[in-house]
Amino acid sequence: MTVPTPARPAPGGQPAPRPMHLAVHVPAADDPVVRADLRTGLPAGLPADFASYARLARTAERGLFDFLLLSEELRLREDGGSGHGADAAGRPEPVTALNALAAVTGRLGLAASVGTRFIEPYELARGFATLDHLSGGRAAWHVAHAADPLAGENFRDDVSPDRSGPSAAPFARTAEFVAAAREVWDSWTPDGVSRPFAHRGRYFDIAGESTVARSPQGHPVVIRSLDATVDTAPDAAQDTAEDREFAAAVADVVLVPHRTPAAGRVLHADVKGRLAGYGRDHDDLKVLSRATFVLGDTIAEARERAAGAADPWSFVGTPESVAAGMDDFVRSGAADGFLLAPHPGPGGLDEFVDRVVPLLQERGAFRTRYTGATLRARLGLPHPVWKG
Amino acid sequence: MTAPNGRGLLHLAAAVDQRAAHDAPAHVELARLAERGGFDFVTLDDAFTRPGLDALAVLARVAPATTRVGLVPTVTTTHTEPFRVQAAVATLDWVSGGRAGWCIDVSTTEGEARLFGRRHAAPADALWREAGQVADAAARLWDSREDGAAVRDTATGRSTGRSTGRPTGRSAGRGRPHRVDFRGDTFAVRGPSTAPRPPQGHPVRVVDATDRHARATAARYADVALVQGATPAQVGAVRAQLHAAALAHGRDPDELRVLAALTVDLGDGERAAERGHGGGGPRQTAQGPLYRGGPVDLAELIAAWHGTGAADGFHLTPVEPGRDLERLVNGTVALLQHRGLFRTFYPGSTLREHLGLARPANRYAVTGGTS
Repeated sequence: MTVPTPARPAPGGQPAPRPMHLAVHVPAADDPVVRADLRTGLPAGLPADFASYARLARTAERGLFDFLLLSEELRLREDGGSGHGADAAGRPEPVTALNALAAVTGRLGLAASVGTRFIEPYELARGFATLDHLSGGRAAWHVAHAADPLAGENFRDDVSPDRSGPSAAPFARTAEFVAAAREVWDSWTPDGVSRPFAHRGRYFDIAGESTVARSPQGHPVVIRSLDATVDTAPDAAQDTAEDREFAAAVADVVLVPHRTPAAGRVLHADVKGRLAGYGRDHDDLKVLSRATFVLGDTIAEARERAAGAADPWSFVGTPESVAAGMDDFVRSGAADGFLLAPHPGPGGLDEFVDRVVPLLQERGAFRTRYTGATLRARLGLPHPVWKG
Repeated sequence: MTAPNGRGLLHLAAAVDQRAAHDAPAHVELARLAERGGFDFVTLDDAFTRPGLDALAVLARVAPATTRVGLVPTVTTTHTEPFRVQAAVATLDWVSGGRAGWCIDVSTTEGEARLFGRRHAAPADALWREAGQVADAAARLWDSREDGAAVRDTATGRSTGRSTGRPTGRSAGRGRPHRVDFRGDTFAVRGPSTAPRPPQGHPVRVVDATDRHARATAARYADVALVQGATPAQVGAVRAQLHAAALAHGRDPDELRVLAALTVDLGDGERAAERGHGGGGPRQTAQGPLYRGGPVDLAELIAAWHGTGAADGFHLTPVEPGRDLERLVNGTVALLQHRGLFRTFYPGSTLREHLGLARPANRYAVTGGTS
């Protein structure tokens, strides 16, 4: 491995920013990247065997990524031609799959997208606390947006009664869900004593004792997205001020659509600017830009490989130019890092890890080894304060 | 290989519960030990009020660290979503390469109900009726995707299915997901499932049929039923009852394995079994039949019971798994193997193969023709 060179001084004499964070989103059939593949006739999605998932996770860990994100799917989307979408092989239930991936990785963070509509706070809190224990402090929960309304056809009718009127705030129920889950996580003291919890609110009325001791991270890392396409709902509303406010209130990591550096800086500053209102510091939340990339030996080759995609790629070029572009993006304050959606075929992430990560390390922009005991520590997030 | 007495080979399962263990290595260690002993499967009990981690999650963590032993967590059906339960069990089967089972259970207490705040505690018979419907819906959802659908390697275009006797391979035009449109008394699911088709087709469904409310569900939907009894005659009577009920539901009784459930305390080492144990059978306690003695006498008891044909095997719950499981493997199992009553290696790779259960046909798949 190349010995990393010291970080270059940032433009304008500012102190060098903290190294970037990298995560990978396991591609789903409805990702823009995969849709592009459908047009070229390439297979869609990750091959649906556990070995392929394990290989992707190991590659991400080899590349010293912060975490891997798996999404849940609550309903198969139908398309005009074949009845159901291209994801014909199915997607594993994410939390179960992550527990298995915990066995084949040692440091990689393990994040699952789970919505709050068709599950109850206690079950969700128990599941993520379990994952946090079994992975040694690597669990993360992506609080997915409101599920596809038709997914309700697969769930009980009496689930989570919505007692809110039309005046309810957009995320009132989700916010109460997250708060209730945190109360379950906090029901064990850091010293390992279990105490009864009771939550009575507008949407949830629950009480009891958690069976799971306080997990290594205290609370799993909480992720929220301002970009509906990483969720299960393709038609979710566009990012709004309420979205940002909610993310600033509850999230440790926020996923945002990739934008130009100038637009990214505005969004980044907007989200971070809302933290103070919740008594949080600038570094208590990380903004990751949801990015795609296409590599080539030359710029021309990369452009050729990128041609035909419906959505523009975030970074197209040689490993050198992509590394430089990503580094500049983070240094300029447009994000704290990236959630990458690699080309779904095997080797998509390998190419990035083998060719781009070393260049990022040479630039002093990315870690050269894992440090810190938990995902929370590796993301530079504070340990949650216990609220017993 | 045929057992000397002409009966089928014994099936052995072990409970590996360690409620205080919150770390993966402790659980992996016991599962590997059971695998070394050739056990058909291990079970991990669960309830939302039981101290400890989520059982299915623990066994998903154990799966990549083991290769052959079946993995059977308890998953309750009362406060959970049937659609999620089936997806989680299917995913356990998927990460383990076809070694998943599911011990179906219900939540009868008000304490469990308060954790969810959705329903009050309900009578056991109603909950078991619902559990049966969840088991039914789950199997339909597992069938809602066909074998080999889009299981492919994008680098080579070849099927990635391993040659373990499971149908795999490309099937262009087949593998279309099917709606199930299941309507139960308390829930409905439209389907299809979003999870991959389980490698076993249907992961093995296990029901503890000790509670009489559970017996109808066991007879109708279980692949394995656990039965407590202090004598072979008691176990055999319940087995006959289950077989008759299975037949009444149109099932082949040979599709239902009945295991005698026994708690074992091997803390006394090689001392002779206590009076009332050994050849005389276990002692009935409030927690069910308990064997207390040495591993050799336990092998005698197992061989004697198996010889009567009362059960297809045993589900053993060690009072101290960390201590007793090793004694079971090195003592009891070794002796049963020596006598030709128990396997010395795993000839198959899936839990269904260990249990000698056929892989069920997909109810939605059109075989041999065009759809």
